[in-house]
Amino acid sequence: MNEPISFFSGFGPKDLWFLAQAAWQTLIISVLSISAGTVLGIFFGWILSESKIAGAITLGFVLDAFRSVPLIIQLVLFYNLFNVVGLAMNPFWAGVIILGVYTSALVANVARGGIEAVGAPMRRAGRSLGLSYLQTMQHVVWPIGLRAVFPSWVGVALGVLKDSALVSVLGHPELLKVARDLITRTQQPLLVLAVAGAFYFALSYPISRYAAHLERKWQS
Amino acid sequence: MNFEYTFHWRPVMRKLPDLLEASLVTLQVSVLSMIIGIVLGLVLALLRMNGPKPLAWIASAWVETARNTPALFQLFFFSFGLGAFGMHLTPYLIVLFGLTFNNAGYLAENFRGGFQAVPDTQLRAARSLGMSAWQSYTRIIIPQVFRIVYHPMTNQLVWAVLMSSLAMIVGFRELAGETQALAFKTFRIFEYFAVTALIYYAMVKIILGISRLIAWRMFRY
Amino acid sequence: MIEIKDLHKYFGDLHVLKGIDLNVQKGEVLSIIGASGSGKSTLLYCINGLEAIQKGEVLVDGVSVHAKDTDLNKLRTKMGMVFQQFNSFPHLTALENVALAPKIVKGKSKAEAKEIARAQLEHVGLGDKIDNYPSALSGGQQQRLAIARALAMEPEYMLFDEATSALDPELVGEVLDTMRLLAEEGMTMICVTHEMGFARDVSDRVAYFHQGIMEEIGPPKQIFGEPTSEHTAKFLANVR
Repeated sequence: MNEPISFFSGFGPKDLWFLAQAAWQTLIISVLSISAGTVLGIFFGWILSESKIAGAITLGFVLDAFRSVPLIIQLVLFYNLFNVVGLAMNPFWAGVIILGVYTSALVANVARGGIEAVGAPMRRAGRSLGLSYLQTMQHVVWPIGLRAVFPSWVGVALGVLKDSALVSVLGHPELLKVARDLITRTQQPLLVLAVAGAFYFALSYPISRYAAHLERKWQS
Repeated sequence: MNFEYTFHWRPVMRKLPDLLEASLVTLQVSVLSMIIGIVLGLVLALLRMNGPKPLAWIASAWVETARNTPALFQLFFFSFGLGAFGMHLTPYLIVLFGLTFNNAGYLAENFRGGFQAVPDTQLRAARSLGMSAWQSYTRIIIPQVFRIVYHPMTNQLVWAVLMSSLAMIVGFRELAGETQALAFKTFRIFEYFAVTALIYYAMVKIILGISRLIAWRMFRY
Repeated sequence: MIEIKDLHKYFGDLHVLKGIDLNVQKGEVLSIIGASGSGKSTLLYCINGLEAIQKGEVLVDGVSVHAKDTDLNKLRTKMGMVFQQFNSFPHLTALENVALAPKIVKGKSKAEAKEIARAQLEHVGLGDKIDNYPSALSGGQQQRLAIARALAMEPEYMLFDEATSALDPELVGEVLDTMRLLAEEGMTMICVTHEMGFARDVSDRVAYFHQGIMEEIGPPKQIFGEPTSEHTAKFLANVR
């Protein structure tokens, strides 16, 4: 090798590739936890909407707790709990699971809102046509209710995308962790931050614009 | 499976006063970032709606960056980013500025929505009674905007309290930072973070309770 | 007296008022009728200085509304205005709605402003609603509140911009009765309206607007009985 090896070296094309890979990690973590969290959250939301009192004081309370404690605390807490009870797992999966449960708590609220937005008269109309409970759910409540809360769901998903940065506290090399390491090595914080920021922006901004566009379209 | 870990809560309880004191720091930095954030958010919203082009553009860049990048990224900007210019803020200021930047960005969008929700005709009615532009805004428009954004503002305050826990990463010892410092000294990580989670939960509930009380006293219509 | 001389108003390229000449004497009640988009509401906004004008002049008691050195806020206290939308201030009680402008614009004391407000609310028949918020009032009551609010500034002129158009049919009567009461008390009024009955029975003169032009003006008997313009005749045939 001709290049002198030094601990500090400038930001090179290779580092851009590191950041791109890290952004890919961020995307994977987000997609996995958002998908799992959405399925789980819709299920929870359905339970909340169907079993008003019992649901609110048990499941509702637990989900509310997930929304009222900082995610970073939850990450450290549960990561250590997994270790304590002997379910040690790598930071990636621990991050996905914790982030997924956190997402489900947010989605449950949104989904319940959607289901309840489809009022009783509309359901009765469905049932009066001879549809079964499940058919009414499938053909009336879901399409109308979920569409009504789709923009809120996008908001949740974008929030989780950004919150995935916190998985870095467990040591997984997602975008912000790698950026931080690169800053230490290259001593070019502005450049590294700008690139990392651009990656986040590129992931988040188009989706938020698209959601706003859909919302406008559906309103008219 | 090994279940050899035994929980030790007593050391944590002994440090509870420290944790509670640190939670006051959390509240202080969150509330302060909120107050400055409200003022800046109002300015950003007005600039975006009818400021001169370059200022409106800067306001938009601020709002979109705050909303489309992680809060932790924003904190990094105020630590490493400003460091590049030879500005080394104390951990407290990094957290305060980071939270304020984020709050202002989100609140600006809330305020913008609030202003758009008050019909133009309210301004006309006020002006037709001989009120000046200033009187119309302070007496008629802004009180109505305030009511519309009250709940989003409460949510943002809760969010600021939760977000302030990122201070742990930049080395500021509010509740999360203090917890981390104590936890890693004693290796009672789970116990410390469990107690801290409870304290955060209590803080959020207290804030929401007070906010509801204020709303009930204030908004009689 | 309100004098309007060769008034032109554009919205961008749209020529909304095409040279209006009109005088309204003290104590007169003038109704302005016409299809929507004929510029009649815009005329009221121009008189009140809520809209800029491109040519001509509006004089209120000899003061030019659109002159640079005119204190519009002061001039507007002479003219009360009631809008189609109720525009009650939702965050204030009925009493506060009415008392606010006398207090902050005219500098009356709190007690004085309250006294004025109470009197005006009695005047329009809302004496029992003074502590209600607008959300607890019907549309008709909100519109009467708007009238009381304007009257509290002790205006010499009242401008009504389709004050009953946004109301449910059964609530129109109470607002028209209040307007009729004002007319009987000798208030100078310009009423843009779709209520032909009101225009015929209450006004001293009726003006018909058509596409930014004042087609004709005259006593109600003549306008409704023997209109000289075929546009007027056609319009009246359609609204009946």
